[in-house]
Amino acid sequence: MGVPFHWRRYKERYRLLGMKCDRCGQLFFPMRTVCPNCRRSGKVTPYRFSGKGKIFSYTVIRSPPHGFEAYAPYIVALVELEEGPKVISQVVDCKPEDARIGMPVETCFRRIRSESPEGIVIYGFKFKLVESKQ
Amino acid sequence: MTRASENLGKKRDVAIVAVGSTKFGEHWDRSLAELATEAGFSAASEIGIAGKELELFIVGNMSGGMFMGQEHVAALVADFLGLQPTPALRVEAACASGSVALRQGYIAVASGIYDIVAVGGVEKMTDIPHGEAILTLAGAMDFEWEAYIGATFPGIYALITNRYMHEYGLTREQLAKVAVKNHYHGSLNPLAHFQNRITVEDVLKSPLVADPIRLYDCSPISDGAACVILAPLEKARKYTDNPIVISGCAQASSTLGLYDRKDLCTIDATVNAAKVAFEEARLKPTDVDLLEVHDAFTIGEVLALEDLGFCKKGEAAKLIDEEQTYLGGKLPVNMDGGLKAGGHPVGATGVKQIVEIVRQLRGEAGKRQVKDARVGLAHNVGGSGATAVVTILERER
Repeated sequence: MGVPFHWRRYKERYRLLGMKCDRCGQLFFPMRTVCPNCRRSGKVTPYRFSGKGKIFSYTVIRSPPHGFEAYAPYIVALVELEEGPKVISQVVDCKPEDARIGMPVETCFRRIRSESPEGIVIYGFKFKLVESKQ
Repeated sequence: MTRASENLGKKRDVAIVAVGSTKFGEHWDRSLAELATEAGFSAASEIGIAGKELELFIVGNMSGGMFMGQEHVAALVADFLGLQPTPALRVEAACASGSVALRQGYIAVASGIYDIVAVGGVEKMTDIPHGEAILTLAGAMDFEWEAYIGATFPGIYALITNRYMHEYGLTREQLAKVAVKNHYHGSLNPLAHFQNRITVEDVLKSPLVADPIRLYDCSPISDGAACVILAPLEKARKYTDNPIVISGCAQASSTLGLYDRKDLCTIDATVNAAKVAFEEARLKPTDVDLLEVHDAFTIGEVLALEDLGFCKKGEAAKLIDEEQTYLGGKLPVNMDGGLKAGGHPVGATGVKQIVEIVRQLRGEAGKRQVKDARVGLAHNVGGSGATAVVTILERER
């Protein structure tokens, strides 16, 4: 993929910017140009998510797709953000056997992958466990 | 979901007059066009129909482009079959490409625009390295927000599986039983990709692919093709003494991404398609004698039993434990081995499910024949549930 494919998503991938429909109040991540509930009657505005959430479900990828071989095994989780929407992302700095449904997580800024040795390095959010306060 | 149901009374009844398929498996010696040709000719030779009698040719194919660098697959296959100048078109809906193609053929005949329509499904998946095949299949999901961060297709189904186990207490052993049963049925099907029987222990010892999904929970990467020929019921007897009627065929959509689903443990597109298909057929789940469901991963069969209305949410494991889904059980499921053992050349699968049900309803299914089968249901899912098609087939009433 060329640069624009990655570049046009940087607000979402770097800042967790999604959207809110001012008509029905529902929040969405990633961005949509149309509220799927209200469609043409909706009014969508940008909304920045806190990056905090909980693991709703997770898996450990042991048979990775092309481009992710160096990272395997890695955790992929469906995270329920505290504002409601869910997002799929990696959970890092956590051993695969330590992940559990319900664990609190927060976003961190990480390298997602490199297209090739001389290609674009893609960055964006992943999640890490929220450290306990004890 | 709304549809012009008041117009359903005006549609023509559609019958399947011929079926054919290749063996599913790793066909290193044959190309996509060669596989499609074998399936097409095996259907056509059942009734001795000539190519010039076919008025429209529709082929389901997910990704000729990424699996083998070839788009314009319908023209390629029509060319190999010698079907000129018959219009040929390709339909794509990921793993549901075959059944969406079937539904387009059904609509074409039901509408009265065409009489004789051939619907094929084909996929050639083994020409590229494994990692590239995984990436291609991941295109059935939301590429930008799922595959992009390293989620695989088994990984997405693993998210469903893990949550389902958490919410309903489904066990690893119960999931394994789905694969064991489908391998048993596959062992009775000479066209299945895998014809070996396996045990629960084999499944639980197989390598983890995406926890808790293990290798033996997954359908294989296969090559294969299947074909059916459709005709209006009123003209079907010209071609066959044993036409099989499409009494309901419905399709529904849901969100492309798993992250936007309201309930992770329900494929709502299946629920919606089943509701319309049963209404159209004027039948209910208790009328169905056998099922072909989308067990790309073992959890898929669990969800299908519930979402199609054969049991309540969370109760499919009971049917599995009681072995009711076996040949000889109350509700035989995936008699040809399903996707798990039968093989899953993605674009071909939806058509192959129809081929199996037709063979069962005709009484031609050999060792895996369901006794006195009159009504069969096929269920095909695209991606993680963004598309679902439910088709109900019957012997002529």
